[in-house]
Amino acid sequence: MAENNNNIAGGDYLEFEHNVAEIDRQMNELRRLSSAKGIDYSTEIRKLQKDQVTELKKVYSTLSAWQTVQVARHPKRPLLNDYLNLIVKDFRPLHGDRCFGDDKAIITGLGQIGREKVLVVGQNKGRTTNEKIACNFGCPNPEGYRKAIAKMKFAEKYGIPIVTFIDTPGAYPGIGAEERGQARAIAVNMMEMSRMKVPIICIVIGEGGSGGALGIGVGDKLAMLEYAYYSVISPEGCAAILWRDGSKAPLAAEALKLTSKDLTRLKLIDAVINEPLGGAHRNLHDTVYNVERYIVKNLAALKRTKIDKLLENRYEKLRSIGTSTSTAEEIAKKTLISRERLKEAIEKIPLAKPVPAKV
Amino acid sequence: MSKKTKKTWNGFSLKPRLDLPEGLWVRCSGCEHMLYRKNVEENSNVCPECNCHFRISADVRIKQLVDEGSFEEVSSELTTEDRLEFKFRDTTYKKRLKADEKKSGAKEAIRIGKAFIKGRGIVLSAMEPNFLMGSMGSVVGEKFCRSVELAMAEKLPLVVICCSGGARMHEGVISLGQMAKTSAVLAKYDEQGGLFISVLTDPTTGGVTASFAMLGDVTIAEPGALIGFAGPRTIAETIKVELPEGFQRAEFLVEHGFIDMIVSRKDLRSEIARLIDYCKK
Ligand SMILES: [Zn+2]
Repeated sequence: MAENNNNIAGGDYLEFEHNVAEIDRQMNELRRLSSAKGIDYSTEIRKLQKDQVTELKKVYSTLSAWQTVQVARHPKRPLLNDYLNLIVKDFRPLHGDRCFGDDKAIITGLGQIGREKVLVVGQNKGRTTNEKIACNFGCPNPEGYRKAIAKMKFAEKYGIPIVTFIDTPGAYPGIGAEERGQARAIAVNMMEMSRMKVPIICIVIGEGGSGGALGIGVGDKLAMLEYAYYSVISPEGCAAILWRDGSKAPLAAEALKLTSKDLTRLKLIDAVINEPLGGAHRNLHDTVYNVERYIVKNLAALKRTKIDKLLENRYEKLRSIGTSTSTAEEIAKKTLISRERLKEAIEKIPLAKPVPAKV
Repeated sequence: MSKKTKKTWNGFSLKPRLDLPEGLWVRCSGCEHMLYRKNVEENSNVCPECNCHFRISADVRIKQLVDEGSFEEVSSELTTEDRLEFKFRDTTYKKRLKADEKKSGAKEAIRIGKAFIKGRGIVLSAMEPNFLMGSMGSVVGEKFCRSVELAMAEKLPLVVICCSGGARMHEGVISLGQMAKTSAVLAKYDEQGGLFISVLTDPTTGGVTASFAMLGDVTIAEPGALIGFAGPRTIAETIKVELPEGFQRAEFLVEHGFIDMIVSRKDLRSEIARLIDYCKK
């Protein structure tokens, strides 16, 4: 339906949206008739609009995991660039990792969100074919991760909080990426982000693809847009390995529990940012506004927290990932014991310069 | 289970897996020589003809590496919960765990504890390739962190024998989170000045390489070990180009600057002891 381009989704319907598409087709037909023949169909159009809202509510309240993945990958979904244009004021990109190059799959730079000066780090997918090729479809190479951590350390030096936008199918699996240490780049970023002395907010805006996402995804808050996904492996990759059949991706998506709903239930993310009716691709401004509001609110809270406490909270949060409640308590106890033992051991060491004991 | 040792796959060359086959007489997958099993085992499970390092279980590894009878295991009671209730094909994660427990005699894909190497106290973490390919789920991540905390509390060097297919898919983002968790604990250990010797063996890939395996103060690899982020298959499928000879092998990583040294299995004990002595404060 090429002529069908004044609908909200811009003509890119997902397969489970055929009813929505049909209503759009009918509305366009009525609009065409009304302008060609001068008949007033506004009542009918209003009714169809209402039907469409009902249909969208129905479809989007029962999205399967695989359908969610489709929404997260929708060609019209807001990308990093949209956020940079709409919520980051005075944005200045900072290029290069000072070692090898400037990876366009990860954009870093200074700007203002709300009234806060921040360092923005985000994965960039590109909209047009040329853009997509330039930024490698959002699949970073090691230099991207090294650029990210270099700019984060710079931000840390000047007490500038960090906001990361995660949207990647995964870190790039290529020969060069392996030669330049993709694994080490990601590992170092996680280690350094865990102890970075400024607030860090991470938001999955589209695809949260495995280690590729984690390379800029460790911080004080991890939020997800409602229909984004976050997974240990792509559904296709998982299906190819466990089902030995890549076409079983829908089953793998279901099993991997990669939606914001499941991840909230499993207590693996801190917040879900609502998307407008029918997904982010149907209303760019509302989506971006919701994300902005989340950032502003949480940055304020994080900035009020003393840095020592912030780091302690971040550490506890990371340390308890995936442990059941009983083990978590046990760990808390154990870390306390080991901390006390450590303190004792340290106290026994004679010091050249006495330091005042902590109360 | 019959082992398929494919040498070619979709036109890309793939080296066979480095498992030691069954039987009294075995054919080396490296040089194709017929070897007497006992000779191989006496040679630290390394082919006497071509120095091919076969994969070994955590059990054998610990026996070969530490002073006899010195391994004091901790946290062996931790077992995995199937929090995602993961089902695939006609089986489940729970069944897979049971089957691998039986097959490997291990309860999880890592064993941790205190030990001595040539009289030097260490904390040792050894991964178990026969348990879900040594993959990292919540228990592996947790036990790894406990081993680091033990090393911190006891002020001992930490030696980790990595051998893993990566993050365990069956635990979804819980597994993924272990990458962040283990890296965060290592940051603490680093700040306290602890020595972390990371030993990469065949294979070390995926989420394990992209977390603790690559964060060693000193990184050692066994000869010929496959070490990488993405698996060779994934790369070959993505770029549709033949992979260069020796790609992602230990020697390749040394050449590209990501490993300090390659050490043969029989020399591992003395090299680790030597490093510990140098790093004594
Ligand atoms: Zn041989």
